[in-house]
Amino acid sequence: MRVLAAMSGGVDSAVAAARAVDAGHDVTGVHLALSRSPESDRTGARGCCTLEDARDARRAADVLGIPFYVWDLAERFETEVIDQFVESYAAGRTPNPCVRCNERIKFAAVLDRALALGFDAVVTGHHARLDPDGTLRRSVDPAKDQSYVLGTLRPEQLGAARFPLGDSTKAQVRQEAAARGLAVADKPDSHDICFISGGDTAGWLRERIGSRPGPIVDSRTGQTLGGHDGTFAFTVGQRRGLRLGHPAPDGRPRYVLDISPVTSTVTVGPAEELDIRRLVADRAAWPHEGVVTCEAQVRAHGGVVAAEAEARGDDLVVTLATPVRGTAAGQAVVLYDGDRVLGGGHIRVTAA
Amino acid sequence: MTYLDHAATTPMRPEALAAYAAVLADTGNASSLHASGRRARRIVEESRETLAGVLGVRPSDVVFTGGGTEGDNLALKGLYWARRRAEPTRRRVLVSAVEHRAVLDTVQWLGAQQGAEVELLDVDAAGMVHPDTLAAAIDRDPAAVALVSVMWANSEVGTVEPVAELAAVARRHGVPFHTDAVQAFGQIPVTVGEEGPDAITVSAHKIGGPVGVGALVVRRGLALEPLTHGGGQERDIRSGTLNTAGVAAFAAAAATACALAPRESARLAALRDDLVRRVQEKVPGAVLNGAPLGGPQRLPGNAHLTFPGCEGDSLLMLLDARGIECSTGSACSAGVARPSHVLLAMGAGEEHARGSLRFSLGHSSRAADVDALVEAIGPVVERAGRAGALAGMTGG
Repeated sequence: MRVLAAMSGGVDSAVAAARAVDAGHDVTGVHLALSRSPESDRTGARGCCTLEDARDARRAADVLGIPFYVWDLAERFETEVIDQFVESYAAGRTPNPCVRCNERIKFAAVLDRALALGFDAVVTGHHARLDPDGTLRRSVDPAKDQSYVLGTLRPEQLGAARFPLGDSTKAQVRQEAAARGLAVADKPDSHDICFISGGDTAGWLRERIGSRPGPIVDSRTGQTLGGHDGTFAFTVGQRRGLRLGHPAPDGRPRYVLDISPVTSTVTVGPAEELDIRRLVADRAAWPHEGVVTCEAQVRAHGGVVAAEAEARGDDLVVTLATPVRGTAAGQAVVLYDGDRVLGGGHIRVTAA
Repeated sequence: MTYLDHAATTPMRPEALAAYAAVLADTGNASSLHASGRRARRIVEESRETLAGVLGVRPSDVVFTGGGTEGDNLALKGLYWARRRAEPTRRRVLVSAVEHRAVLDTVQWLGAQQGAEVELLDVDAAGMVHPDTLAAAIDRDPAAVALVSVMWANSEVGTVEPVAELAAVARRHGVPFHTDAVQAFGQIPVTVGEEGPDAITVSAHKIGGPVGVGALVVRRGLALEPLTHGGGQERDIRSGTLNTAGVAAFAAAAATACALAPRESARLAALRDDLVRRVQEKVPGAVLNGAPLGGPQRLPGNAHLTFPGCEGDSLLMLLDARGIECSTGSACSAGVARPSHVLLAMGAGEEHARGSLRFSLGHSSRAADVDALVEAIGPVVERAGRAGALAGMTGG
């Protein structure tokens, strides 16, 4: 099989490519250039968009003896991921750019181009399992499981994907990289949003959206407790950084409950008002009929709660058996049966 | 393997390889005073004379460098600094819009950091700078011009610039004229004479010599500030221990390339014409960029084609997978292809620029190389076209 290995410059994608070579495939490595003006060096454990990451990917490809190219997807990434990220925050939602990148870049633009160019599959270093029948499952390493950020992919997107790392823990992957002589074996994991240098998301958003001051309002009394510079700096469920002058009458902490960009109002209140029992999501991937009993996960590396899910037109309606706190519109909801991914969508509406 | 990227680098010629290996095996610093040093010095000076001979300059005009990029940097920065020191009002730097990045990035740095006023000279649809364009640019404020630089032949589309006329325009205004002849040297006659350019950059590895050695021809009397300071080995313009083996191999390659050039250029032009004709038979929509075939305004080994609806890097990858090596000809940053500034300056749209490939022939090219390309190109363009359609390339 001719396979295209997406190589970020990290240890996971390098070992994934190596395993594809070992499996006897004709492998070509590709590094995706996602930044218009990449920084030359990594600072700390961030992202995969620097020239140093591109060099690391190239070196891994050299060691594996496979051809290597850089595909420039910066323009596409900017419109499909970065612009949407900014718009989402401006609209009071909390997007997950990794989910979006998988949906629109890795398993869309890259996959489509690879297939058009004659490749049969795209290999990535995601920690997830993909059964021969197309069922997506969690990685054997619960700490590194990435099935959540893949959970909204449609069957035809997963059909040409290969995840060779799903049966290994991260520690095993690192050991294997070292044994193979891959210099990225002990490269730190990336955590932050790859296109936000330094991890200051609020500052980054302020530069793009601009200052839009407004009040912070108590959900129960309607009293204005303070002010802010722009709703983009807040996420539903957030507790820190509210800088409220008045303590709540009961002395308990207050959380962001709601964000209204139109009036630039941030509503805060006690934790129990964050409880969400019902979600309506855009039906990104849900090939099931009727009410399905399952478990729901609403954030990367979050826990799961028992749920019932049902498709209604283009919506996916999820009822949670126990409430979850601080779920925001824009996040993905991914539904599981044990370690099997049933599907998922993007949360549009939440209700208690 | 089918190597069609001789403009990037070309295999070392046997004469150059023999000279290189022979001198490398010997010890001697050309600046040392003992016998080993004198032996090395003799090789350097004989090599200088050989190069001066084929370039039509005095041996003392030849300053050995570490390659083409260094030569361009030395010429542009060195001239600019020397001119500015003599006359602080001379800040205008005129270069063509289709220069190699070694020139463009250098003058942009002079503009950003050193107070230069950089002006890019327009080119026509074939990539040529007209002498009238240069004259008009100088005439806008002749007393403020520090220097002019226009390449002898373009590295992407192979257009040969009217260097003699351009140099004459500059000379009339008393302005130093530099030319980057890295692509032209060894392929077409690069001789200077009394009326030619004041400074010429050449490089060894483009003509069958080793990487890491080149020369800047600097006419006597032309003031140049050095970039590197140290032993002052090369006329105090360039410091650093002389690369005796590299210089010897460079001279051997230059002697061979220039001696064979008249015959070789006819052979390569015929091969190239065959390549273009047969590729266009297989892909009727393919468009030749640059000057027409058959004329003196195009390097004999250069074929530069746009395949509408395709992305150059898709084409390159698919050809590479079939053992055929060529170039997208565009500037690269970490391997990221950008639309060629050369094609954009020639008036091409961004999509046209992105869909182009450079095939460049050289001394080891044979008819079988063209045959291999012609056999592969049809299916490759068809596949790349499918990928291009996904990327929204219209093929128009």
